[in-house]
Amino acid sequence: MGATKKVTDASFADDVLMSDKPVIVDFWAEWCGPCKMVAPILEEIAGENDGIVIAKLNVDENPQTAASYGITSIPTMNVYKGGQIVKTIIGAKPKAALLADLAPYL
Amino acid sequence: MSQVRNVIIIGSGPAGYTAAVYAARAQLSPLVFEGSVTAGGALMNTTEVENFPGFTDGIMGPELMEQMRAQAVRFGAEIVTDDIVSVDLSGDIKTVVDGAGTTHQAHAVILAMGSAYRELGLPNEKRLSGHGVSWCATCDGFFFRDQDIAVVGGGDSALEEATFLTRFAKSVTLVHRRDALRASKIMQERALANEKLQFAWNSTVEDILGDPKVTGLVLQDTVTGDTRELPVTGLFVAIGHDPRSELVRGQVDLDDEGYVLVQGRTTATNVPGVFACGDLVDHTYRQAITAAGSGCAAALDAERFLAASE
Repeated sequence: MGATKKVTDASFADDVLMSDKPVIVDFWAEWCGPCKMVAPILEEIAGENDGIVIAKLNVDENPQTAASYGITSIPTMNVYKGGQIVKTIIGAKPKAALLADLAPYL
Repeated sequence: MSQVRNVIIIGSGPAGYTAAVYAARAQLSPLVFEGSVTAGGALMNTTEVENFPGFTDGIMGPELMEQMRAQAVRFGAEIVTDDIVSVDLSGDIKTVVDGAGTTHQAHAVILAMGSAYRELGLPNEKRLSGHGVSWCATCDGFFFRDQDIAVVGGGDSALEEATFLTRFAKSVTLVHRRDALRASKIMQERALANEKLQFAWNSTVEDILGDPKVTGLVLQDTVTGDTRELPVTGLFVAIGHDPRSELVRGQVDLDDEGYVLVQGRTTATNVPGVFACGDLVDHTYRQAITAAGSGCAAALDAERFLAASE
């Protein structure tokens, strides 16, 4: 239980693809208004849920991972399980809607 | 449930925050629901605002909203970063329910929910949303570096987005259904002088092509009816906004396009104690400064209503 985890191009394989738990990766950037709106909601969800890791990847500093997953809109939140994407959420959503989307993985 | 408040403000942006500043200074202790992901309103997705009076060198849209919010807080507005999901506006005491399920009550309500991006309504638009179709140039322009992309629309926001996107893209084609722009003259001059910006006049987007990502558009000429393909990897949609009035539909009178109807030059709706301001009521101007002005009027109207009903 706790805070969100910062991941990078270098740590993505270890921290996300090889993780035992499902990982939600929030692709974000400093210049993105909706990313800032969704950030505190993800912090709350991270604090309330033990079964999932919530990771944040700054696309400006880590363009390789964003490009390899074909990200063209942020925020995009991908859920990875066993190294595979099992869910993609595009755009900021209220907490209740995010929880509904994430329910199978929490 | 807590005590009955004087006034609850639903929404933020220049209208909601200005209403909050005035209501707070009138010592009405307003409770503001600024929205969970829409807090700050449409200006949060813009860059430089050059036409808000008082800022000689312009101000970033999000910065302007942070300042207005802080000003409201300074005078005692209570701001909650959540949505209102249902309302009961009938009767002397109005009831609203927030996204967390908590009920709040007030003698007056100010509606400032603003507007939402209009969609083209094409079958492939949703499927390709986030895969080349975007509504936020400031968020997503970065991903289209050295690519050929398009913007559809003809107003100030379309031109602002298109001009902004030329910082990243190899070329930007502005697709507009008429042969002239609605945008302000200064925006037009800037756009027409921009070498990376091309124009597809008298054209509508008939289809968006590509799987899994956007590879092109089908454009139709509105004069000849001919269709042609425009190869692009991105499409930014800036064809205007629709009022976000769903929350109050059936309780407050709306016009045919869904804007909340207000009486004369006031912000009063047909329901006593319910006032509306900003993009939610405004067909015509839709500027930050007009929204702020109407937010001020809504707070003053609510203040007078409360004084008269005491």
